[in-house]
Amino acid sequence: MSAVPQVGAIARRSVVRTARQPASAIPPLIFPIALMAVNAGGLRSSTHLPGFPTDSFLAFALAVPFIQGALFSTMNAGTDIARDIQTGFVNRLSLTALREWALLVGQLSGVIALGIVQAIFYVSVGLVVGVHFASGAAGILVLLFYAALVSLAFGALGAFLAYRLGSGEAIQAMFPVLFVFLFISSMNAPRNLIGVDWFRRAATLNPVSYMIECVRSLIIVGWDPEALILGFGFVAAIGVVSIVLASRSLRLRMTRT
Amino acid sequence: MNARVAAQNGIEVEGLVREYRKGPRAVDGIDLAVAPGEIYGFLGPNGAGKSTTVHVLTTLLPPTAGTARVGGFDVVKEGAKVRTLIGVALQEAALDPLLTGRDHLRLQATLQNVPKTDRATRAEELLHRVGLADAADRKVAGYSGGMKRRLDLALALVHSPKILFLDEPTTGLDPQSRTALWEEVALLRREAGVTVFLTTQYLEEADVLADRVGIIDQGRIVAEGTPASLKAEIGRPSLHAIPRREEDRPQIAAFLARFGDPLESTRDVAIRLRDGLGLTDIVRAVDADGVEVADLELRAPTLDDVFLAKTGRTLEGATEEAAAEQGPARR
Repeated sequence: MSAVPQVGAIARRSVVRTARQPASAIPPLIFPIALMAVNAGGLRSSTHLPGFPTDSFLAFALAVPFIQGALFSTMNAGTDIARDIQTGFVNRLSLTALREWALLVGQLSGVIALGIVQAIFYVSVGLVVGVHFASGAAGILVLLFYAALVSLAFGALGAFLAYRLGSGEAIQAMFPVLFVFLFISSMNAPRNLIGVDWFRRAATLNPVSYMIECVRSLIIVGWDPEALILGFGFVAAIGVVSIVLASRSLRLRMTRT
Repeated sequence: MNARVAAQNGIEVEGLVREYRKGPRAVDGIDLAVAPGEIYGFLGPNGAGKSTTVHVLTTLLPPTAGTARVGGFDVVKEGAKVRTLIGVALQEAALDPLLTGRDHLRLQATLQNVPKTDRATRAEELLHRVGLADAADRKVAGYSGGMKRRLDLALALVHSPKILFLDEPTTGLDPQSRTALWEEVALLRREAGVTVFLTTQYLEEADVLADRVGIIDQGRIVAEGTPASLKAEIGRPSLHAIPRREEDRPQIAAFLARFGDPLESTRDVAIRLRDGLGLTDIVRAVDADGVEVADLELRAPTLDDVFLAKTGRTLEGATEEAAAEQGPARR
């Protein structure tokens, strides 16, 4: 029998769970936008720096919520999966005809669906506050697609951590670590304008910088092949590695003969 | 049991062993056979190996040694086939508090490959069957313990399994919910011929529900048979005397020791009566010797007496011992 209905049922559960707990659904929407507003208020003057790519800091900063929101969703997805392990729900699933890959794909489909909803929200906020999307309507579609890929890659990372660690608390403890990657990136300034040498080098080595720059290019530049290739390349690499690791850990976790 | 019968919906276990990496031998070479349509009660204290056996038989854990066939399929080599035949309600109900009862049933029906056209009907039918129709669209977070157990049973039945594993299904339930669940299990066997493998630490549950009982202690089956035959093995009834004054307890114990072997009891003074003696003999002796007792009671043998006879401990005492010894959860 086809595994598609199984994937759909697991994805639906993931979405329903998030929709029914506003305390975990709302922060990924609100906090990144709030942080963007605070940063835009405080760092507006940096647009006067020579070489700053736009005169709207909001347009520059709007890329960050896409990545930050995905990080939030990763943590939520990972915590949900870990809770399933702790409560024995994974045992319940193991006792059905569910295939391991269908479980992973279902869970990640749920994360992607939520990631797209978040991305639509961020785009809408951007349009409402007057951000002009240089790549136009087609660019917005690419941006939503990219947001889905980022959710997939980070969601798989969250799933890997959950299957590996099996504890919601451990997943939550990973949150600050992932946030360090966000903060040591080009989230608040273009890399070429970062004055502190070590920070600029760290931001250059950090894949998160290229993800932010990919989104940012669609908003403020238009179609920048280099930014797009690097952005899509890094997210694809993180996604492939995370999915492989998550699949292996899931196989070990769903102990059944 | 012959192979043809086992291949229908029976269970056959031979020399089953399960050792945990850093723990004890949880299951230590058990043999058992459950006939199709039979309710088999697996009785034992906490930590005796009941749940580990269920985990092995339901393909959640591989055995360290031995073989087990469920519905004719080997649990190690043919796990997927075993899973299509069985319904399982594990000790922890493992429900999602954010989903409703109906959500759970639809999810389970999809994952068990119930045809799409039948899923909603099957969910409705099971919700009525376990008395949750009115609560079907409420989140499970608001369910009582009894409701969660009933939903768990409904989930185990969603794909009409031939063999049902119930791991301590009534632990923590009030008497009314417990009786309702017993009736449901009995009905399943009567109407659908479902084979039931039921673990319990409640003597009454095994006594009322099971056709045959296996008593397990420290990973080994110490006795097996119908509840009646096991109790008949003990044969002699026990006599329980309640002292009028607490300080009379030693004197009464010494007096009763003339009529049988002393039994462990904290509530009263008890003996297993010697053959040929009855309550009237004891009453006459009490009068003759002027022993003061508040009450005398003769009790027919129970499965607890069987457990005591086989292990030297009461089931309640063994459960308390196990709780005291039990470290962190192991796997």
